[in-house]
Amino acid sequence: MIDQTRRGLLKGVLGAGVAGIALGSGLVPLRALAAPDASKWPKKAFATPGVDETIAELYGMEAEESDKISMDLPTIAQNGAVVPVKVETSLPNVTGIALLVAKNPNALAATFEIPKGTLPFISNRLKMAETTDVVAVVISDGKAYKATQNVKVTVGGCGG
Amino acid sequence: MLKTKIISVALGVALVVPYVLAAPTPEEDRKAAVEYYKQMFPDVQINDFVNGQYALNEDRRKQWESLQDFPPYEFAVAEGQEMFETPFANGKTYASCFDNEGIGVRQNYPHFDQSRKEVITLELAINECREANGEKALRYKKGDIASISAYMASTSNGKAFNITIPDDPEAQAAYQDGKEFYYSRRGQLNFSCASCHVQNPGKWIRADFLSPALGQPASFPVHRSKWGELGTLHRRFAGCNNNVRAKPLPAQSEEYRNLEYFLTYMSNGLPVVGPSTRP
Amino acid sequence: MASSIRARAVESGGVVSIKALVRHPMDSGFVKDSAGNIIPPHFIQKLTISHDGKNVFVADWGPAVSKDPFLECRFEGGKKGDKLTISWIDNKGESDSTTATIA
Repeated sequence: MIDQTRRGLLKGVLGAGVAGIALGSGLVPLRALAAPDASKWPKKAFATPGVDETIAELYGMEAEESDKISMDLPTIAQNGAVVPVKVETSLPNVTGIALLVAKNPNALAATFEIPKGTLPFISNRLKMAETTDVVAVVISDGKAYKATQNVKVTVGGCGG
Repeated sequence: MLKTKIISVALGVALVVPYVLAAPTPEEDRKAAVEYYKQMFPDVQINDFVNGQYALNEDRRKQWESLQDFPPYEFAVAEGQEMFETPFANGKTYASCFDNEGIGVRQNYPHFDQSRKEVITLELAINECREANGEKALRYKKGDIASISAYMASTSNGKAFNITIPDDPEAQAAYQDGKEFYYSRRGQLNFSCASCHVQNPGKWIRADFLSPALGQPASFPVHRSKWGELGTLHRRFAGCNNNVRAKPLPAQSEEYRNLEYFLTYMSNGLPVVGPSTRP
Repeated sequence: MASSIRARAVESGGVVSIKALVRHPMDSGFVKDSAGNIIPPHFIQKLTISHDGKNVFVADWGPAVSKDPFLECRFEGGKKGDKLTISWIDNKGESDSTTATIA
């Protein structure tokens, strides 16, 4: 726990102070320090079609329906390339939120870590290939919960 | 350029356009248009017409407001400002070509140049400034021209459009030419601009939602989600012509400049809100 | 060199709201160019926001996030004048970072 904080502090101090200089001068090692570590990016989860399969891959458990997750999405997306999505929840002790787009080639769009002190709220803009369910998954007290909302996506109007 | 033909489109009392002895003046046209749209959409605040479809559809408006909260064109506008402020190789800047150094002037474009006898749009003026100072002209539909135009538009945010048509037969002819273009059917689909934007605003055409003509130029250049970037008004004219399967004209062609002159005059009094986002 | 990140952080009632816009193509790898060739995937994989040396937000993104991605999140404990660091790294190993001051 202490080690993690020290590592975080070091990263934070060097990142914040030197990032600006590093970017312009090509000091690669310092710049790399400011960059997040992508080695733990959940590659397999991002390459899984289907909502249930993706949830299983991400969390190793099923998600239970919850009415305590509120999703703010358009009824009909004005353009499937940029759909504003907002999710928040009143579930307690949230440590993670994930956004899944059921009909996309791979269902997982994004997952977010919610550290202690951060509100269980996320606003993002997503791509949706076609009319689809959008599923928000919330990890609360170590258990997975979900809510679903459908978004209509149309292609080929007269707008060119 | 001007053909003598009688154009009559059934639009309701206000906008019948016969070329008879006493043709309506541009100001009469504009007042008639405002009355027409006010009657069609009595709940819309006059200044909200500049927001097009978003003044008429709540679900779409919410998506637009969400995007406008942190618009994707912010990077382009910042770059536009930087380009605007950076001197040319000869040491001069864009400021030297424009009134008020180019700040807060968007609402006066396009204007009719009486010595050259043609309509000057903002993008044309930007490129003429470049060429007069030894720089290459920019392409007219997207990229740097759109960024610079967007920056300049942003400095006029909220200012009322103030397009003038001098008492000069050539200027009047340019206006009439633009108006004629607007109401002429074209393309395999045989639509005129008016078919959608005068007769059917607030309705769906397949998956798109139609905006009224009133206020259309006010939000340009626009960042369309479809384009993923900013585009100029003439880019949109070409796109719309393409959509009705008509041959698109080159950006900044005389026809499109006259069309812009007519359309923007119609929006006199409404505020500049460009750049903005659209689907 | 212009940053690829534009951010606004505002504190109100003990909660800091961060909004950020990042310039990035977020190419999915599913789209072809005009010549018919697949545009290779190029998207941000991870974005972090840290305050006082600690991550207050971590996003794992895939190509389904829109081009020039937007993000809004909220956390408690930040004060006006504090600095936040926002950093990202993409699937090609490219990265960028910026600091924002809480207003």
